Amino acid sequence: MTAVLAQVQVIPQASDYIRILPELVLSLFGILVMLLDAVIPEEKGPKTLGLIAFGGTLAGLIATWFTSHSPGSAFSNTIRVDSFSIFFTFLVIAIAAVVILSSFEYMTVQRIRAGEYYALILFSIVGMTLMASAIELVMIFIGLEISSISTYILAGFRRNDAASSESSLKYFLLGSFATAFFLYGVALIFGATGSTKIDVIALKLQGAPAPVLVFVAMALMFVGLGFKVAAAPFHVWTPDVYEGAPAPVVGFMSTAPKAAAFAVLLRVVFVVNAPGRFWFLWVAAAVSMTIGNVGALVQTNVKRLLAYSSIAHAGYLLVAFAMTTADNSLTGISAAMFYTAAYAAMNVGAFAVVSHFANAGERYVTLEDYEGLGRSSPLLAATLTIFLLSLIGIPMTGGFFAKFYVFSAALRANLIWLTLIGVLNSAIGAYYYLRIIVAMYMREARKEVPVTPIPFGLAMALTLTVAATLYLGLLPNRVLQIAQHSAQQLLPSATPANTAQIPPPAPVSQP
Amino acid sequence: MNALDRHILTLVTFAPLAGALLLVLFPRRDRDIRIFSLVVSLLTLVLSLHLPVHFHRMASGFQFEVDKPWISRPNIHYHMGIDGISLWLVVLTTFLTPLCVLISWKSVHDRVKEFFILLLILETALIGVFTSLDLFLFYFFWEATLIPMALLIGVFGHERKVYAAVKFFMYTMIASVFMLAAILWLYAQTGSFDFVYIRDHVGSIQSFPAAAQWLFLGFFIAFAVKVPLFPFHTWLPDAHVEAPTAGSVLLAGVLLKMGTYGMLRFNLGLFPEQSRHNAPWIMVLALIGIIYGALVAMVQPNMKKLIAYSSVSHLGFVVLGIFSFTRAGLNGAMFVMLAHGISTGGLFMLAGILHERRHTYEISEFGGLATPMPAYAKLYLFIVLASVGLPLLNGFIGEFLVLTGAFQAKPIYGILGATGVIWSACYLLWMFQRVFYGKVTHPVNNSLHDLYGFEKAAVWPCAVVALVMGVAPILWLASIDPAVHSALAPLAQGISKVVMP
Repeated sequence: MTAVLAQVQVIPQASDYIRILPELVLSLFGILVMLLDAVIPEEKGPKTLGLIAFGGTLAGLIATWFTSHSPGSAFSNTIRVDSFSIFFTFLVIAIAAVVILSSFEYMTVQRIRAGEYYALILFSIVGMTLMASAIELVMIFIGLEISSISTYILAGFRRNDAASSESSLKYFLLGSFATAFFLYGVALIFGATGSTKIDVIALKLQGAPAPVLVFVAMALMFVGLGFKVAAAPFHVWTPDVYEGAPAPVVGFMSTAPKAAAFAVLLRVVFVVNAPGRFWFLWVAAAVSMTIGNVGALVQTNVKRLLAYSSIAHAGYLLVAFAMTTADNSLTGISAAMFYTAAYAAMNVGAFAVVSHFANAGERYVTLEDYEGLGRSSPLLAATLTIFLLSLIGIPMTGGFFAKFYVFSAALRANLIWLTLIGVLNSAIGAYYYLRIIVAMYMREARKEVPVTPIPFGLAMALTLTVAATLYLGLLPNRVLQIAQHSAQQLLPSATPANTAQIPPPAPVSQP
Repeated sequence: MNALDRHILTLVTFAPLAGALLLVLFPRRDRDIRIFSLVVSLLTLVLSLHLPVHFHRMASGFQFEVDKPWISRPNIHYHMGIDGISLWLVVLTTFLTPLCVLISWKSVHDRVKEFFILLLILETALIGVFTSLDLFLFYFFWEATLIPMALLIGVFGHERKVYAAVKFFMYTMIASVFMLAAILWLYAQTGSFDFVYIRDHVGSIQSFPAAAQWLFLGFFIAFAVKVPLFPFHTWLPDAHVEAPTAGSVLLAGVLLKMGTYGMLRFNLGLFPEQSRHNAPWIMVLALIGIIYGALVAMVQPNMKKLIAYSSVSHLGFVVLGIFSFTRAGLNGAMFVMLAHGISTGGLFMLAGILHERRHTYEISEFGGLATPMPAYAKLYLFIVLASVGLPLLNGFIGEFLVLTGAFQAKPIYGILGATGVIWSACYLLWMFQRVFYGKVTHPVNNSLHDLYGFEKAAVWPCAVVALVMGVAPILWLASIDPAVHSALAPLAQGISKVVMP
């Protein structure tokens, strides 16, 4: 205990602030947006504030770049900047940037007051970046709360719509339960190990058989995080919340908080080397994939359909978590990281199209409304098709490579059954994404659906997400290397599992 | 190896894709789009002819190889190369695509740009399947064929197009994920996706003997659905009937061959012992396919469905030949693949020409067409005879070789298979008789226009090639035979192991 106390620096140093530079920059911009909201005239408001918020995310990205040059821990060892945290920080801020771009038009069309909206997005990513870089459970909890509370409000932003309020309330009630579970887990693990620092907990749990309390604590923490990533059996909120929340917000909250929660989960599962997690994660992965895909089969509302799809994708991602040995964990971590990035690109893009197409009051969100879109708006339809193909996992897209890498990692760990469940699920899943493509291209419009021209912000957002989706599918090398490097940093003791079970110059046995 | 030889496979594979990307930027002037697509596909054909011209017939192993690292971890290479087996399938693809462009000249008038973009993307994916030597790359192209084909059926097809497109997509998608699982297992065990490396080292994996049967089945199910082997064939008639003509031509001409090519390359190449072990039931399924396909074809009232079922029957010959493990059988299987591509491609184009004029494929709607459309009837008869297997035309050589091989493997297989030849004469000639001979039964058919120039340009090449293949099969077999011989080598080792323990 004294050793731990000795490490504590009471007065923060300058380097500490550099290591939370992205969070600082984003918070400042968030406050700026709120202040300016009060003085800028109503008619100019949405556009200006949106641009400032977008500038904020760009500044955040630059700040992340700065921070990446001074890795290390900060604030009494509660924050650690390493390539793992930089990866997720960058990802989360990039998601927010694209979502803000695609929200410009939405704000005007839906007549939503923009100030709080943009500020809340900025604040929520502050929480998420904190989750990505925190290595102390209470700090993680603070990040979780900052991000969650902002997203609860964002979900209810279409104030005049009952569904949106319902969505917000449901998300809030269930979400606060889930965070409470997480906090309870933190308390129990503190009881069992005497620390809330992930490194120290890992050290304490090494070697000796873990007490029952640790198992309970881990389970409770998994409940909290499982809720955030919409993994079965904590997925029930997802369809209702996604259906009611504003479409750009759904694009945001189905990717960014998930990425942050997965970052925490990766740290908790692999760094702590959580005991007894294997079957837990195995079952959660298998059930999430199956429930998500089977549930999506019968949906007619595109937002609900994509909600079930996000449950399924959480399942695919969890496959990468079901690794037991240290070598396989490395592949698992990098596979999961790559998957989060690929999923973010395609899902944010898909929701950008959905939110543009939904129009005032989100009237056009059923499959029937998408009929004939291939003819009336070929560019938009083609873009959405690329995202859907990526969600199916068709080659040339990030979604394909992400799935490929996850299942490859799983088979390396000899998880044959889980892989089979996964690949079969992805084949079944193809059907419902295909239904949207069928509606757009193979059916003629049955009702009059207005098609508005694509505004500049949306065009930018779509270009970025399409480029990212194709880049991750065709040239995944760079991102993979970063992910593998980060995994290595996260688990310094493990050796990379590059070598196969047979050594490359294998002896060829002649009969 | 000079620079062209090193890059020729990349050029041939991606030339159509480059054309498709340029088409995206084209203004929607349909005529220009058609001409440009024709130029691109002809250019690809010319490029691909470099392959047979500079192919070393006697050399074993793969030629025109490129092997560049693509992704470092997982260890994926951009590895391409061809041998005598894939060589002609590549040329078949590049040969049929310009004809598809021609046959769609008038029949596609809505969303022309999208149609030709999809067609060219499909060509790239198909060539890629035959040239890839890295399992990841192979799977990449394999899945990449799905989307353009499904869209061609679903967007440009006939009444039940959506049903057919989705059925096609789901059938092949579900089947190929098993192959994906098998590929991933092989990677996990060997650390490589390279076909040649895995082929040489797969035997030394410790857990291989236990898993081999499952791996064999994983690959086999993906290929069997694609072929399609009885009882996985039910997607085929729907897909064919609903597809636009060009879609049918590529579907029957090339897409089905992906399955038989895969069996030959991967099932035989990677799992020789399991191939031998499983051959009996596979050959029985192939025989059922031959006879069942033929019998069902006989009673079809729909011309396109008839040709579709005839494909089931013909592809049964290919599978029969492959799993006879005889030199004659494999040579024959390869030859049937090519011959079927040419003659069935021709038949689908001819059926499409009729549909263009009458908007129906019902045989009963026609009769006595030889009177108003003499040139069409002559060409049709020629292609029908090629498909039936008349000596001196392309169908005969392949079927003869396959039956020889099957007979060597087990006489009863040869005898049963031979009945398929008779059946195919029955259903095709009977169809021909009902459509073309006698008096004109429907007055509307009197005014049908005979072949237009672009239609002649599309079908004549098929007829000419069918004749050349029938008269001088050695042009093809000379390069196929060495490849087949080396494909059989591991199987021969398998036998010696069994005989001398």
